[in-house]
Amino acid sequence: MTQLALVIDLNVCVGCHACVTSCKQWNTSGWAGPLADQRPYDQDPTGTFFNRVQTFEVGEYPNTETVHFPKSCLHCEEPPCVPVCPTGASYKREDNGVVLVDYDKCIGCKYCSWACPYGMRELDENQKVMKKCTLCIDRITDESLPERERKPSCVLSCPTDARLFGDVHDPDSEVSVAIREQGGYQLMPEWGTKPANHYLPRRKAKIQIHEDELDRADNPLKKEAPLPAAEGETLDDVAW
Amino acid sequence: MHPAFSVIFLTTLIGAGQGLFLALYTGQVYSIANLLDPQDSVTFYAWGSLLALFLLALGLLASFFHLGHPERAWRSATQWRTSWLSREVIVLPVFMFFVMLYGLFNYFGLTDVLFVVRGQLPVDSTLLIGLLATLMAFALYLSTAMIYASLKFLQEWHSPLTVVNYTLLGLASGFTLAAGFAAWTHANLVGFYVGWAVIFTMLGMISRFASLYRNSRIKRLVETSNAIGVKHNRIVQKSQGFMGGSFNTREFFHGKSASFVRFMRNSFIVLVFIVPVVIMISAANAGSFHLLIVAFVVQYLGLIAERWYFFADAQHPQNLYYQANG
Repeated sequence: MTQLALVIDLNVCVGCHACVTSCKQWNTSGWAGPLADQRPYDQDPTGTFFNRVQTFEVGEYPNTETVHFPKSCLHCEEPPCVPVCPTGASYKREDNGVVLVDYDKCIGCKYCSWACPYGMRELDENQKVMKKCTLCIDRITDESLPERERKPSCVLSCPTDARLFGDVHDPDSEVSVAIREQGGYQLMPEWGTKPANHYLPRRKAKIQIHEDELDRADNPLKKEAPLPAAEGETLDDVAW
Repeated sequence: MHPAFSVIFLTTLIGAGQGLFLALYTGQVYSIANLLDPQDSVTFYAWGSLLALFLLALGLLASFFHLGHPERAWRSATQWRTSWLSREVIVLPVFMFFVMLYGLFNYFGLTDVLFVVRGQLPVDSTLLIGLLATLMAFALYLSTAMIYASLKFLQEWHSPLTVVNYTLLGLASGFTLAAGFAAWTHANLVGFYVGWAVIFTMLGMISRFASLYRNSRIKRLVETSNAIGVKHNRIVQKSQGFMGGSFNTREFFHGKSASFVRFMRNSFIVLVFIVPVVIMISAANAGSFHLLIVAFVVQYLGLIAERWYFFADAQHPQNLYYQANG
């Protein structure tokens, strides 16, 4: 069975919010109606978004690290928001595992948002229905688009390629390989929701260099000093 | 969580309505067993059922204010296989129907004995309808409470104590109202209902204190490090991705100071448990209708505070993602 999902590389994300704005643009102009904003240019602006980029500071000064954290629906394999829905408006697609809301059935009772431990669902104050990331279902299933464009808007817009998209059930897909080889993890796995989206951790490239490797005794570039060869064999000349 | 008044009124009003009906039916069962005097079916059971129905209808009305699309509310009866909310949506009207039937049968005096069990227990139609309504009343307590208790992420709610509290506090307020109603109709049941109201109030106090104690020392299963998957003890959110508010910052935060929340907790302890019991015990002998109604009103106001605190007390794990402004 296919389970489409995003894999987000926290090592690459620079927190530019391009995915947020492209998500908003695509999903506010689609067939499902606008993602409404209230007072967008006024005091106390607010609105509906499928995708947010948050920033966390890890550690204590001076040993701190900034983590930019893109946050959108994780399309759980055991979505706790689906069984609690009293109307059946909230559902998980059988064919590709995307968790969706039928805006024509939703009564806006907000119960699904209580049942989501990640806070990924937002009530649209204009339409009065619950909304959430659709993984750009109208893009990824649109066969009139060229294949390279059949991806979520956020993935296409990411300037650093921090977002990968694919089938996490296919062991050879780009996302599965990334999860396997780069330590992909899920958010709050202890709840048993089995999120389909994964995150790739921050990674640090380090090489071990010892002092004597920096300061070779027979460094020929040290012109001022007499060449060690003139003084006989050094440790570096020994053939082990 | 942000306490929504629609839900506070829904749960407290139907809780009292169910309790009142159960009190009426308990009175009937006791009188059949010759433990209490039988009451007039019109002035007591019929009008009592109407009062219970009135509370249930008010609760139902309040619940519609919680919905974004109340005109689609009928759809919410479809997912009873998985959703406790859907089960509540079904059980509430069914219970109301049986209470209405119980009231109508009593009003029109359709209380001829249908059959006699073992030559001792005369069974009439109201007894059977009342039994069905009683089952529905407990099913309704269960489904209302399980809406909250089934959410395992909300650790304050995810406990059998939630179901026990909803049931006992509903019974307490219903029996308190029944005592006032009995005094008003001059039924010889005031002492009986006061006794049960005090018992249910005291039991409710024990279970509510148990849940307060449990929640005061709850061990959080997730922290910010689990939320973003970075293993470090010190993680501070610097930006939640927007400057203004969002649904997430409105729905899951009560926005009141810690001292206000403590004030609400202390208020409900005094108003739900202590004051009504004192009033009822002092009023029981006099059979004073006014004092008993005051006891019910005080207890009901206390239950509003109790439900407010129930919501405000719950810490949703999504709040880990919304710790910073800006």
